[in-house]
Amino acid sequence: MKLHIVHETRYRYDTPLTALVQSLRLTPSIFEGQRASDWNINVSGGIRGSAFRDGAGDWIEAWTVRGPVDEIVVSIDGQVETRDTAGVLRGHRETVNPLVYLRATPATALDGDLRGLAATASGEDGLALAHALAAAVGEAIRYRVGVTEVFTTAAEALALGEGVCQDHAHAMIACARAHGLPARYVSGYLHSNIDGEPHDAAHAWAEVHTGVLGWVGFDAANRCCPDDRYVRLGSGFDAHDAAPVRGMAFGTSAESLEVRVSVQEVEQ
Amino acid sequence: MYYNEMIEGSDVREPYSMLFDWMGTMPSDLRQMKQAEAESIFRRIGITFAVYGEGGDPDRLIPFDMMPRVFMQSEWRRLERGVKQRARALNAFLRDVYGRGEIIRARRIPERLVYQNDAFEKAVVGVVPPRGVYSHIVGIDLVRTGRDEFYVLEDNCRTPSGVSYMLENREIMMRMFPALFRSNKIEPVDAYPELLRQTLASVAPRKCDGDPTVVILTPGHFNSAYYEHSFLANQMGIELVEGSDLFVDGEYVYMRTTEGPKRVDVIYRRVDDSFLDPLCFRRDSMLGVPGLMDVYRAGGVSIASAPGAGVADDKAVYTYVPEMIRFYLGEEPILKNVQTWSLWKEDDYKYVLSHLDELVVKEVHGSGGYGMLIGPKSTAEEIAEFRKRIEANPGNYIAQPTLALSTCPTFVEEGVAPRHVDLRPFCLCGERVELVPGGLTRVALREGSLVVNSSQGGGVKDTWVLSE
Repeated sequence: MKLHIVHETRYRYDTPLTALVQSLRLTPSIFEGQRASDWNINVSGGIRGSAFRDGAGDWIEAWTVRGPVDEIVVSIDGQVETRDTAGVLRGHRETVNPLVYLRATPATALDGDLRGLAATASGEDGLALAHALAAAVGEAIRYRVGVTEVFTTAAEALALGEGVCQDHAHAMIACARAHGLPARYVSGYLHSNIDGEPHDAAHAWAEVHTGVLGWVGFDAANRCCPDDRYVRLGSGFDAHDAAPVRGMAFGTSAESLEVRVSVQEVEQ
Repeated sequence: MYYNEMIEGSDVREPYSMLFDWMGTMPSDLRQMKQAEAESIFRRIGITFAVYGEGGDPDRLIPFDMMPRVFMQSEWRRLERGVKQRARALNAFLRDVYGRGEIIRARRIPERLVYQNDAFEKAVVGVVPPRGVYSHIVGIDLVRTGRDEFYVLEDNCRTPSGVSYMLENREIMMRMFPALFRSNKIEPVDAYPELLRQTLASVAPRKCDGDPTVVILTPGHFNSAYYEHSFLANQMGIELVEGSDLFVDGEYVYMRTTEGPKRVDVIYRRVDDSFLDPLCFRRDSMLGVPGLMDVYRAGGVSIASAPGAGVADDKAVYTYVPEMIRFYLGEEPILKNVQTWSLWKEDDYKYVLSHLDELVVKEVHGSGGYGMLIGPKSTAEEIAEFRKRIEANPGNYIAQPTLALSTCPTFVEEGVAPRHVDLRPFCLCGERVELVPGGLTRVALREGSLVVNSSQGGGVKDTWVLSE
């Protein structure tokens, strides 16, 4: 598919900020499943600072804004050509050893129930096991917006039995790790869900290192592996570590946030 | 059974011959006067030591023992070669594990110990700091068990502290006993601050043109080593800053000054990795600089020690340092490692649990003499209590034999008596690898005690290396 993505985040501050520093992971990864063209990142009134590809293969851009400013707009506009690789992250250049992703974070820490959930799945190899885990997680946590929030942990989401893609990804990571499989959090975009309804929001899923095939994506929330409807931005231990935007505003207290995402197929 | 560094058989060893007469002829009232004088100087200059979580007087002095510890030139040369060799190997290891991981591919160290190590920083994989140096100040803790027997107890690759004591102890000794320094040829240590400054300046980033600006980043005056941070800044003539004094703008880090922002090229940080940058590590950190890691990873600033350097110095990786020396340098280790049992290995676990009364058991990431068991000095209840902790989490512990730490003559209530000591020299790694002739000698002041940590009743001594 050829996708046109427009992603705009508008921050409004009660009192003008004196400075803003952001670290952006907002550029599509390079692998066989996707290739970006005309990709533009802009931070209103900002200066583009350090930019580099990190060991995990993510393109990072730092931006700084000098105040006083009471509104900032981070805007992404670009096109991505995608191809279905059945979730396999083939041709992705990265140098971080997969074992690094066996580390638990507060969001992905195991508890008794997560272990129990993980134990219900089995498979003759890593790939089959990961598929079974994704199905179990999708079953145990029903998709529902508004019951969980940004700091909800995998264990809490499982206890609630409801959550959003972030919660599914965290639970998937925890369960994979319970079986000794390295797993990580992926942030990105999704064109439409499995029923073809447009998905106008950022998305997240998990990747599991399955051995022979390397990293394979699993979207437990949508009970599938990422295909050509998905655009991958970057990865991390959890939602916090893989966040597309990490920033710090100085000299101001409260901010309000307005996000607009549109992922449209480009007619060819 | 313990090696006495002053007395061998019935003879006074040569490096101590002059000191032996000096201490023997010092009247006890003069000694008490001098001791009081030393303490008042320490208090006046403000070198006190606070230990987290210990309570008590935060302005407590570390006891200073006026009796110096002495090395002959020949003894020191060997230690120096051994320490530099180790510092080189540790840096080569860090370069390797954040790069291709050759030592792991060669199966000389288990990959789990590196990649599943909490101190391994994913964020700096593939980042090669200037001159390939990750640990710019390597503190190597050494103990002596015989005339030619030295063992490395642990390596400190992050931010080893204590060098201010090395410098201040010497300063005070020279002030109080100038005659001793006229009659002994003692190698000076006062070049350390300038060597440290040169070392740090030598690792300025590629993007730095001209004379690099170096600063020390401190967590602030609540930190137990704050005195040392301000002392070193002062000695080097550089700025001491806190996180809020620095900020990122565009591709660089700047320091706020009265004349406006000034670009910073090298940050000697005394802040732990996880607090360095809330945009990369702990988001709740107020001690770091938001955006610092992006500037660092793009080569706009140098950080000493490099984030991630801690993966080389935990007690599990320690057991493989001799392998690192062979692998990277093609040399045999000059300094020995202490035999170490790793409790995550089944055989080692069995052995250790049936010999707890003979061994020292330590936490893999522990430091400061906390969380350890010294079998021969513990009661049956203490051993039983510790056994439970080991059984709950064997992977968190290593065990070592109780070492017969050497003793040095030390002033005590009753006069002069042998007390156990260790040594921490500070090796500098930049354009060159440098070691000033000396270090921090810590002494266990309690009779029979083998714990030299200042938090556990340890004191410090001046450490002499004789020129001839």
